[in-house]
Amino acid sequence: MEGLLSVSVGTVFWASISFLIVFFLLYKMAWTPILQSLKDREEGISNALNEAERARKEMAKLQAGNEDLLRQARDERDNILKDAKAIADKMRAEALAKTQADADRMLAAARAEIENQKKAAITELKNSVATLSVDIAEKLVREKLTDAEKQKALNQSMAADFSAN
Amino acid sequence: MQLTSNSIVRSAAKITVFAIAMLWSSLTVFAGGGEAHGEDEGFKPGEMIMHHISDGHQIHIIGSIYIPLPVILIHDGHVDIFSSSNFWDGFDSHGELKFKPYTASSGTTYENHHEIIHIVGGHSHEHGDAHNVTPVAYASVDSSAVVTAPVDSLMVMSAPVIEDAHAEHVKPLDFSITKNVAGMFLALILMVIIFRSIANSYKRRPGQAPTGLQNAIEPFILFIKDEVAVPSIGKKKAHKYVPFLLTVFFFIWISNLLGLIPFIGGLNVTGTLSITLVLAAFVFIITTVSGNKHYWGHILWPPGVPLPIKFILVPIEFVSIFQKPIVLMVRLTANITAGHIIILAFVSLVLLFGQNNAVAGYGVGVGAVLFMVFMFFIELLVAFLQAYVFTLLAALYFGDANVEHHHDDEHH
Repeated sequence: MEGLLSVSVGTVFWASISFLIVFFLLYKMAWTPILQSLKDREEGISNALNEAERARKEMAKLQAGNEDLLRQARDERDNILKDAKAIADKMRAEALAKTQADADRMLAAARAEIENQKKAAITELKNSVATLSVDIAEKLVREKLTDAEKQKALNQSMAADFSAN
Repeated sequence: MQLTSNSIVRSAAKITVFAIAMLWSSLTVFAGGGEAHGEDEGFKPGEMIMHHISDGHQIHIIGSIYIPLPVILIHDGHVDIFSSSNFWDGFDSHGELKFKPYTASSGTTYENHHEIIHIVGGHSHEHGDAHNVTPVAYASVDSSAVVTAPVDSLMVMSAPVIEDAHAEHVKPLDFSITKNVAGMFLALILMVIIFRSIANSYKRRPGQAPTGLQNAIEPFILFIKDEVAVPSIGKKKAHKYVPFLLTVFFFIWISNLLGLIPFIGGLNVTGTLSITLVLAAFVFIITTVSGNKHYWGHILWPPGVPLPIKFILVPIEFVSIFQKPIVLMVRLTANITAGHIIILAFVSLVLLFGQNNAVAGYGVGVGAVLFMVFMFFIELLVAFLQAYVFTLLAALYFGDANVEHHHDDEHH
C-alpha cells in the first residue's frame, strides 16, 4: 500500500524533468508547426469557401444579367416584329389601295374608252345610216321615176341589202 | 456540454468507487479464506495485485523473466548508481523473486525491502565499523527520544507491512529509474517520435489533406483545440494553452494505453500518485501564474455577496485553489489504478479457484476471461475518458484564471 499512496521524491523529480523536456521539445518540434499548418489550412479552406461563395454570387449576378439581356433582346425582337408587321400591314394596305385605285382608274379609262368607241361607232352608224338613207332615198327616187316594175325590184334588193346588213 | 461531461465523470467515479469497494470486500474474503487454510503457501491476491500496481525497481515480463532497471540512490552526499539486478537472489518456491542486500561502490549496503530501498550497512570509510547506521535525522537532533516517537508512529502508519526492524533503517533518497518512471519515459519517447513524424508530414505536404498517422491523430488534436481549449478558455487566449493541453492529453492517454498492454510489466504510469502530482502541479502553477485580477478578485473578495458571507466564502475559495489540482491528481490515479485492480482481481479469481480445484479454475476462468475482455474495453474507454477529463478540467481552470468579466461571451 505504501508504494501506491506515497509520493516518491525520485519519481516526482524524473516526472517533472522529463515532462518539461518533452513539453518543450514537442512545443518546438511538433505543436508549433502542427498548429500553424492546421491554422493555415483552416484559413485556406475558409478563404476557398469565401472565394467560392463570391464566385457563386458573381455567377448569379451574371446569370441575372444574362437573363435581363435575353429579356431585353426578346422584347426588342417582339417590338421589331410588331413594327415590321405594322409596316407590312400598312404597305399591304397601301398597295391594295393603290392597286384598287389603279384598277378603278383603268376601269374608268376602259369605260370611257368604250363609251368613246361606242359614241364613235354610233356616230359612224348614224353617219352610215344617214348616207345609206340618202342613197336609198336617191335610188328610190330614181326608180320611182322609171317604172313600177323596177321600183318593186329595187325595193326587194334594198330589203335584201338591209337583211344582209 | 460541460454539464453532461461532468455528470458522466461523476457517475463514472461513482461506479469506480463502488467497484473498488466490492472488489476489496471480495478480495479480503478470498485472502482470509486462503490464510485460514495455509498461511505460508497459497496464492495471495492482495499481494499479487499490489505487486503489479505498485512501483518497482525491475520490470517483470512473465514467469521468471525480469528486466533490471538502474538504481540511483543519494545518501549522505554520495550518489550510488547500479543495476537493480544486484539485489536479485534467485527465486523462492513460488517463483517469486528473492532479494539480497547489496553493497554499492560507496561502501553503503542497501536492501530492497518491498521495493523500498533501505540502508542496512553504513559506509566503512566515514563511519568506521558502524554496521547499523544511526539515522541521520535522529543523529543531528539532541533530544532524540522526543523526535523519535512521532516519526516512528508516522512510518508505521504509512507502512504497516514493514517490520520494526526495517522502520529503524534510514531510507536514502531514491532517484531510481523505477518501473513507472521507465514507463513514463517510454510514453514520452513515443510521444516525441509520433508527433515529430506527424509534424514532418505537415511540413512535407502543407495545406493538403492528412494521411496515415497524421490523419489518425489530427481529429484528436482538433478535438482538444476546438472542443476543449476554445470553449473553456475562449478563442482569444486558448492558443496559449493548447500546446500544454495537447501534451498532457496525449501523455495521459498514451500512458493509460501502455498500462493496458500485457507483458510489458504492468506499467501503471498514470496510476502513480507521484506522476499525476507533477501533472496537477503544472496545472496549478499555470493557473496561478495566469490568474488575472478578476480571478483573484473572485477568490479574495467575491463580488455581489454580503460581507458576513464573504468571511465564509473566502476561505472556501482559497482552499479550492489547491483542492482543484489535488482532485485532478487523485481522480486520475484512482481511476487508472482501479481499472488495473479490477482486471487483476479477475485473474486472481481464476488462480484462487484453480489452486483448490483445477476444474473450478477452468470453470471460473471462462467467466473471468469474458469479464476481463469486457473490462479491457471499458479500460480502453476509461484511458481516453480520463485523459479527456483531466485536459478538460485543466482547460476550465485556465479559463477561470482568464475570466474576462461576468457578462462575457463564454457560453458553457
